[in-house]
Amino acid sequence: MGGTPISKSISDVGGLLPMSDSAVATEQVPPRGSRRTGTLYRGDPGMWSWVAHRITGVLTFFFLFAHVLDTALVRVSPNAYDEIIGTYKTPVVNLLEVGLVGAVLYHALNGLRVMLVDFWSRGPKFQKPMLWTIIGIWVVVMVPGAYFMLERTARDLFGGN
Amino acid sequence: MTLALDKPRAPRRPSARRSNFELASWLFMRISGLALIVLVLGHLLIMNILDGGVHRINFAFVAGRWSSPFWQFWDLSMLWLAEIHGGNGLRTVINDYARKDATRFWLKIMLYVSMVLILALGSYVIFTFDATIPTTN
Repeated sequence: MGGTPISKSISDVGGLLPMSDSAVATEQVPPRGSRRTGTLYRGDPGMWSWVAHRITGVLTFFFLFAHVLDTALVRVSPNAYDEIIGTYKTPVVNLLEVGLVGAVLYHALNGLRVMLVDFWSRGPKFQKPMLWTIIGIWVVVMVPGAYFMLERTARDLFGGN
Repeated sequence: MTLALDKPRAPRRPSARRSNFELASWLFMRISGLALIVLVLGHLLIMNILDGGVHRINFAFVAGRWSSPFWQFWDLSMLWLAEIHGGNGLRTVINDYARKDATRFWLKIMLYVSMVLILALGSYVIFTFDATIPTTN
């Protein structure tokens, strides 16, 4: 939702006009009606940021559904809750948690970017540098984050002290 | 669902479109999103990353946190804002991709039922949490 520059190549969908994207501007325009080359809109990074925003949002929503159900076991008994939380500590689920944190962090950072595009007068102009910025922040946070999340699991699996 | 488009330069919108629901929804996504950045990233940092992360979580850990009204309020706000923010997002996704009116209708019914279930269950658990509940086998 919001902030996605889609207008640029809508006229390209039918392949009637040459693409305006600089990467393909020097290519020859395919003959009219050709579907083989050059007429598929492959997207600006802004479009892919929107696709990733949707996917991370939907996945997080489904996780929230499961997470409220498992937490509700605290109303059943302490050991019922401890048992279900035990699955969160297994290696595979532990790895999925890194994916969850990565998805939520991307969604949060890109949500900020969408708000800046919507409300900041110069936001649309800077949408692309802001995308590279949030990807940079994501990497800087996720590297130590993944280390702390997986440290215990790696130690249990591969020995060490 | 029919999409009524204005005539070019129509002085006013057709009366059927005079609801501001979608504007409110758009604004809610941004305001709740801002709050959720603090609530959810804080929750993930405490629960998954700091001080051993998920490996230190058990019933006693939850009991310790929910003995404080601060964390009860944190979790209740997070539950409601996240469920409505996520549900509204999924409503948009269903509206975008469901092709038949019947499919769209039933997907949204399922979504709304699941939202009511999760909000009711989650609120019930936070309000009635009992740290002395007996262990079962």
